[in-house]
Amino acid sequence: MNCLSCHEEQRLKLGWGDLFGRNDPLSVCSECSSMLERVNGEICRMCGRSFSIFPEQYRQGDLCFDCVEWGDVGNSITKNRSLYQYNPFLQEIMARYKYRGDAELVKLFEHDLRVLFKKEFKRTLLVPVPLSNERQYERGFNQAELIAKLIGKPFYKALERPVHEEKQSKKSKQERLQHAAIFTLNDEFRETITGADVTIVDDLYTTGATIQAAGKILLDHGARTVSSITVARG
Amino acid sequence: MGATLVRFASVSSQKGSTLCPEPLVQTSNTSLQSLNLLPEINMFPLDPSFSYNQDLQFHLLGRHLLFDELPFPIEQIHSHYLHGYLLYEKGIATSKNHLSCQRCGNDDPSLFASFACFRCKEDSCVYCRKCIMMGRVSQCTPLIRWTGPVPNVALTSHSFLEWEGTLSELQKQASKQMCGVVGKPKELLVWAVCGAGKTEILFEAIDRALQQGLRVCLASPRTDVITELSPRFERAFPKAGVVSLYGGHSELAAPSPLVLSTTHQLFRFEEAFDVIIVDEVDAFPYSFDPTLQFAVKKAATDQATRIYLSATPSKKMKRRVHTKQLEVIHISRRFHGYPLPVPEFKWCGNWSKLLKKGRIPPIIHKWIDNKLTSGVQSFLFVPTIDDLTTIHSILKEYPGIDSVHASDLDRIEKIRRFRKGEIRMLLTTTILERGVTVPGIDVGVIGADHEVFSSNALVQIAGRVGRSIGDPYGEVVYFHYGKTTAMVSAKREIKSHNQRAGFGTSR
Ligand SMILES: [Zn+2]
Ligand SMILES: [Zn+2]
Ligand SMILES: [Zn+2]
Repeated sequence: MNCLSCHEEQRLKLGWGDLFGRNDPLSVCSECSSMLERVNGEICRMCGRSFSIFPEQYRQGDLCFDCVEWGDVGNSITKNRSLYQYNPFLQEIMARYKYRGDAELVKLFEHDLRVLFKKEFKRTLLVPVPLSNERQYERGFNQAELIAKLIGKPFYKALERPVHEEKQSKKSKQERLQHAAIFTLNDEFRETITGADVTIVDDLYTTGATIQAAGKILLDHGARTVSSITVARG
Repeated sequence: MGATLVRFASVSSQKGSTLCPEPLVQTSNTSLQSLNLLPEINMFPLDPSFSYNQDLQFHLLGRHLLFDELPFPIEQIHSHYLHGYLLYEKGIATSKNHLSCQRCGNDDPSLFASFACFRCKEDSCVYCRKCIMMGRVSQCTPLIRWTGPVPNVALTSHSFLEWEGTLSELQKQASKQMCGVVGKPKELLVWAVCGAGKTEILFEAIDRALQQGLRVCLASPRTDVITELSPRFERAFPKAGVVSLYGGHSELAAPSPLVLSTTHQLFRFEEAFDVIIVDEVDAFPYSFDPTLQFAVKKAATDQATRIYLSATPSKKMKRRVHTKQLEVIHISRRFHGYPLPVPEFKWCGNWSKLLKKGRIPPIIHKWIDNKLTSGVQSFLFVPTIDDLTTIHSILKEYPGIDSVHASDLDRIEKIRRFRKGEIRMLLTTTILERGVTVPGIDVGVIGADHEVFSSNALVQIAGRVGRSIGDPYGEVVYFHYGKTTAMVSAKREIKSHNQRAGFGTSR
C-alpha cells in the first residue's frame, strides 16, 4: 500500500483495516498526515477560524473582525467549520486535487471529515457548492461534490451556477459583500430545502463570499438555517 | 486550448464506421459514449490530396498528446484524423483485470483511481495517478499521435558545434568511438568515472547526428542535471535550438532536433528520437522505476542509437558488458589526469549501539575534530535519518556543522552555504552521494557496513573527493563494524579504474 499523497510505500503501518483484510484506501503516511494542520483550540464562533494564528487585536469576543463585518450586512451562515489550515502543504494537495484532477486525493480527508460532520452538523442536509458546467467539464468533476459524497450521507444538488463565475479577486470586497447572485436554486429541490437545516459543503473557506452567497439563496427559498463545512480554512 | 470533447459517436459513412467527437455530431439520435467503451478505433489510409496543417504536424510529430495540449480547433484536428494524418488512441488500455496507461506505461493497480466523470458521464472513469502531473489521462481521454508524413530534414555539411574547449587523449578516443555508433541501431555504455568530464565527450557525436538530420535527446532522471546542462548545451549548439524539458518547465515549444529532458517528461513523446542518451542510467529513480524505462523506450524509434552514461552501472548492465551483449567505452581517468582517491577502511566498533547510547565512536569523533581544526571541508555520510538526528544533536556544540536529508526543505540553501564555506562539515544521508561536487573536500562514511551503502553508493561517495584540478587528492574513509562485500567490491572497482588508467596497483 502506498501513501495516497506522496506515493511512498508504507511498510510499517498496519492499521485495523489490514487486520480485517479490508483494503483501506485511506492510507496516508505519517509524514504527510503530520503536515496537515488541524484547526483546533479557540476558534471564531462563526467562521471557524483559529484564533491562534490570528492577531489578538482583530478579535471581538468570540468573533473575528471579518465576521463582525459580515454581521453588519446580514449574515446568511450560522457557522462555518473547517478541518485544516490552508498551509503550503494543503495548498499543494488542493492544487493537485482540483487543477490536476487527482480525484482520489479527496480520500485523505475522509476520516476527519466524518468526525467533524458528526460533531457539528448531524441531521443537516448536505448541499455542495456547484461549479459552472464549463468549469466542471474542464475538471471532469466537482470537488465540493466529491467532498460531500465522502461524508457518506445523501447530498442534494440544490444549487446551480448558471454562468461562468467572474474571477473573485477582480472584485472589490464591497462588491463581494453584496452577495452577487452567482447561484440559483435548482427547482427540483425546492421542497426539500423548505424548512430544512442545510450544511453547504466546499473545499475552501477564504473570505466566505461564495458560501455566504450560496447561503442567501437557500435562506431566500425557505431553508431554516444554513451552515457550512469545508476542508480548508484560508 | 481547452478543446472540449470527450465522448464519441460511432457514425456510419461512405468510409465505414467512423468515430465522431461530441461537438461535431450533427444528428441527435446517435448515442455518445466514452472512448473506452467503443470498439477498435479504425485508422484511415493516408489521403495524399489532403492539404494538412504544417503547424499541427510540427506540434504532434513524435509526440503523444492530449486534446488539451493541442492549440487547434477540434474540426481541424478531426479532419486530419479522417484523412489518415493522425490517430486517436485510448489513453488507458483496459482488458480483463488489467489496466495500463498508454502515456506512461503504468500498470500498477494501486496507481489507478476512478471518479464519476462529468465528461464521459460514466460512474467510474479510471485515470492514471502516476503521470497526473502532466494532465490527467483517463479512460475517456484520447491520446493523439501523428500518422502523416515526416518532413525531410535537409542534410547539412556544416557543423552545429561551436565549442572552444579541447578533449584529452582519452576523451578523444571515447568521442570517436561514440561517433561510430551514431545512426546505427546500437546500444553503448559509457562507463566514465566520477569527474571524467563526460558531457564534453558527447558533443562531437551529437553534432554528427545533427548533421545527418537525426533527432537527439539527452535524458536524465534528475532535474538539476538538466538545468545544469541546459546552458552548456545552448552555448555549444547555439543554432540547434536546444529545448530543455523538466518539471515546471515543460512547454512544448517548437520542435527541435536536440532535446534535453528529464526522464519523466519523456512520457509525452513517442518514436521521436533517433539517438537517445540516458545520463546516470543507474540513478534513482530511473533504475527503480520501470515506467521511466518504458518512457525512454517509447520516446526512441525502433532503430535508435541508445547511449547510456554511468559511473556505476548496475549489476545487470555489467553482466551484459561481460557477456559482450553491450558495447562499452571506459573512461577511467578523471579529466584532470589524477587517479581516483582510494577509500580507507577503519574499524570503529559497534557504531549503531554506541549511537543509541548517544555516543559517537571515538575514532570517528577524532576524525571529526581533526577535520574541523585542520580547516578541510567534509561530508560525513550516515545511514539513516535517525542516525543523522542523533549525531547532529551530539555535535550541536560544534560551530560549522549542519545536516541535510531528502525531505529537508532547506536542502538547497544548506548546500549553497556549504559551497560558500559557511558550513564546514555537512552530515548527510545518501542523497548527496551524487550530483553535488565541491572542490577540496574529504569524505567519511559512518557505518559503511549498513545495507543502504551498496557498492555503487560507496563508489559514488568516494567520487565526491578530489574533483578539482587545484586539489585533485583527498581522503575517503569508510568507518565500519565489519567489512561488507559492498565495501570490498567498491574499493576493488575504484582500484581497477586506476589501473586501467595506468596508475599501477600501489595503495
Ligand atoms: Zn470569524
Ligand atoms: Zn500514466
Ligand atoms: Zn471520463
